[in-house]
Amino acid sequence: MRYAETGYNLEIDLSRGNIEKVETDPKLMENYLGGQGVAAKILWDRVPPGTDPFSPDNLLIFSAGLLHGTPVPGCNRTAVNTFSPQTNLLAHSLMGGFFGPELKHAGYDRIVIKGKAPDLVYLWINNDKVEIRDATHLRGKGTHETARLIREELKEPYAQVAAIGLAGENRVYTASIEHGFSSAARGPGPVMGDKRLKAIAVRGTKDVYVAHPEELFQLCIELRKKIAESDDVGDWMAVDEDDSFHHNHFAWGNARTRQKNYWSKELQERWTRWKYDHMDRQVGCYNCPKKCVNVISWPGQKRFGYKCYGKDTYHMAAFKELDYSYQILGPAMEYGLDSYSTPQVLAFAVELYEAGILTDQDLPDFPSDSGERIRYLLEKVVRREGIGDILANGVYHAARQIGKGAEKYDHNTTKKFEQLPIKLGKLNPPYFLMIATGEKMAITQIEGSFPQDPIPDMEERLAFVKKWEVVLPDEKFKKYFLEWEKRHEISNEASCAITDWNEAMHYLDDSAGFCGFLSSFRGQFGGGVVYHINNMPYIISLATGMDLDKDGLWRIFQRNRNLVRALNVRRGLRREDERPPEDHWAVRDHEFEQKLLDDYYTFKGWTKDGIPTKETLDSLGLEYVSEDFLRRGILTGNESTPSKETPAQKDEELKSGGR
Amino acid sequence: MKSEVVKKVVKTIKVNLDKCNGCRACEMACSAFHAEPKYSSINPARSRIRVVTDPLNDEYVPIRATDYTKAGCDGRRVYTINGKEYSECSFCGTICPTRDLFKDPDSGLPLKCDLCNNDPPLEEPMCVQACSLDALTYEETEEEEIEELKLDEMEIGLKSLIDKYGLQKLADSFARMSQKG
Repeated sequence: MRYAETGYNLEIDLSRGNIEKVETDPKLMENYLGGQGVAAKILWDRVPPGTDPFSPDNLLIFSAGLLHGTPVPGCNRTAVNTFSPQTNLLAHSLMGGFFGPELKHAGYDRIVIKGKAPDLVYLWINNDKVEIRDATHLRGKGTHETARLIREELKEPYAQVAAIGLAGENRVYTASIEHGFSSAARGPGPVMGDKRLKAIAVRGTKDVYVAHPEELFQLCIELRKKIAESDDVGDWMAVDEDDSFHHNHFAWGNARTRQKNYWSKELQERWTRWKYDHMDRQVGCYNCPKKCVNVISWPGQKRFGYKCYGKDTYHMAAFKELDYSYQILGPAMEYGLDSYSTPQVLAFAVELYEAGILTDQDLPDFPSDSGERIRYLLEKVVRREGIGDILANGVYHAARQIGKGAEKYDHNTTKKFEQLPIKLGKLNPPYFLMIATGEKMAITQIEGSFPQDPIPDMEERLAFVKKWEVVLPDEKFKKYFLEWEKRHEISNEASCAITDWNEAMHYLDDSAGFCGFLSSFRGQFGGGVVYHINNMPYIISLATGMDLDKDGLWRIFQRNRNLVRALNVRRGLRREDERPPEDHWAVRDHEFEQKLLDDYYTFKGWTKDGIPTKETLDSLGLEYVSEDFLRRGILTGNESTPSKETPAQKDEELKSGGR
Repeated sequence: MKSEVVKKVVKTIKVNLDKCNGCRACEMACSAFHAEPKYSSINPARSRIRVVTDPLNDEYVPIRATDYTKAGCDGRRVYTINGKEYSECSFCGTICPTRDLFKDPDSGLPLKCDLCNNDPPLEEPMCVQACSLDALTYEETEEEEIEELKLDEMEIGLKSLIDKYGLQKLADSFARMSQKG
């Protein structure tokens, strides 16, 4: 018997209409846990690097986390992975809700989808009965409307549905996959549309087993209580109505304009009233007592849910207030659009119009009101109508397709992907590394265990550390934090270790299925997360029966991290792509930054070009990667890790700016 | 007619719909507790409590399985509460043929809530323990009930035979008839 995992993949070939239930190798769990880790291994094995993201040979993988369906609270985030048409790299995507646990109960750890259906279809997974069904009647339907219609026609009110809307059908690069009030963004939406897969409905009524049931269950009662009672986990933005942080510090419009004194008491009162006058309740995801999702019924709109910073992006792109976002979030959810990247694309177009690069010919009857403009553009993009067809490819590609100097307005992308609209003064070195080298594309998916800033008040800082101590992988982090004075002054050694730890927790969350609000993302705020490197091994051991300790789990992180790196390196990712937006910080020091990047690559056991060395790969049991790299000439076999280079060599490199 | 006052402990799980966040931890915990052996498997489909969920209608109603019935009702009553429409099925714990709820997914047999009857007894049923939001709360109240000692049909018949023939004669006849079998 397999514990925690079901031991089966569901393999779907949409071109041939083939469906198979395939038993998996137990070694996959031991080496990669599950979720995104195993998905990366499947993509490595089965999608050759030359594969176009819109090729039928690209795979779209929906993975349950290893601990989904077990009693472990707050384990419910489904990973969706594929190769993204926007970045041509691995798409990292996660959605909360109920999908992953339901999939486990249907008897599968993941769904691996290849091929392309001749016309729009949806997948119906009812335990062992799996069907590819016609979805032409759902064409153009909203994501929630689709879910409702599917449940009705299947007479399965308990089916969990993940669907794309019009944006996904039209392969808009910023399209999301929507499931309940959760959504999976950053790449898989357009690929799902390309495969002509409108939705997946899952119903599962099978048992999930764990290795040490009673111990795990009792532990989970305590964990749940802790999660419920603690303010250090979950989305504090659901209850803290003071959102001066985003509005005063983030840049409005096309990540351009800061309004440092925007927030006021009067504004907060008005917005709070708008929220609570129209909020039905706050809901959570499977088996989690937190209430991160605000459910709003705004007059004339369908109910919609949002969490975190998702409520700010549309009105900040349009220079409007919260009521503007409340009017647009519902329709955007039905269209299936990512609320992080989409508004930036739209605001980018507004800038181009104001600069005269886009004209009335490109934007016939373009309104004058900033809010109406965003709305106008959104409708164009979703339908790929006129200029919308170009804008639908995201800022980076659109800028190059439009030309005429539009490239200059693409100032906030890294690896061709829209970054959070943050524009700051002095460099924060760990953030430089995270934005540069992160392969989860958004900083929120990389940062989190170590605070963003030194807490100025020493007493407060000590109080933070007191809660934070138990989550540390190593004592040195305490030292780094206590000795940290100015944000931009921190040693390279500390920056490398901090980046590594921040990443580690996300990689573990995304393979085991833990939610970042209980773990990887949240430690920086409050310090007292419920899941961390010191208790994860025990929890995973109880569930799986694996003999896993802290070092073993850390190695799994390193393996998954290097495998994701390798996937992207094999598709062409190199050092020159590891470049945060030029204006992310006002004060830049190229030499310092490149030295920091060198140090980080060394720390990671990567070459100067950011390629994992044979030594690094082999030490993690990734010999099949190093062999592939040697065969392709990505590695020559003569690389030494930069640490082994002579000082003279290093000086040479520095003079040439690192590369 | 004789009657006497008896004390009864009434156990109930109260449901506060306003506090439910729809997480379904109650289902998970119920299925674990009722697994054989205890906690050995998780499967909300085997749970005796289910959260009826319709997010677009802001509907989150935990209902507990009550009794089995062979026939379903028409289920057509619709209630509007605070502007939201609820089907009566949303509040109904009856295990009936018209819906796929509270039936063991393998055998189809009804699954009835027993308030986690256990030896030793639990402090609270497992679903209540799993609900950290107090949408589910457990309550034990002691109620005094006047129980009338009513004679049942057979006793009424025997009593009239005694009145007519006397107790001894009836006893003799009963003994004789029982020996004959």
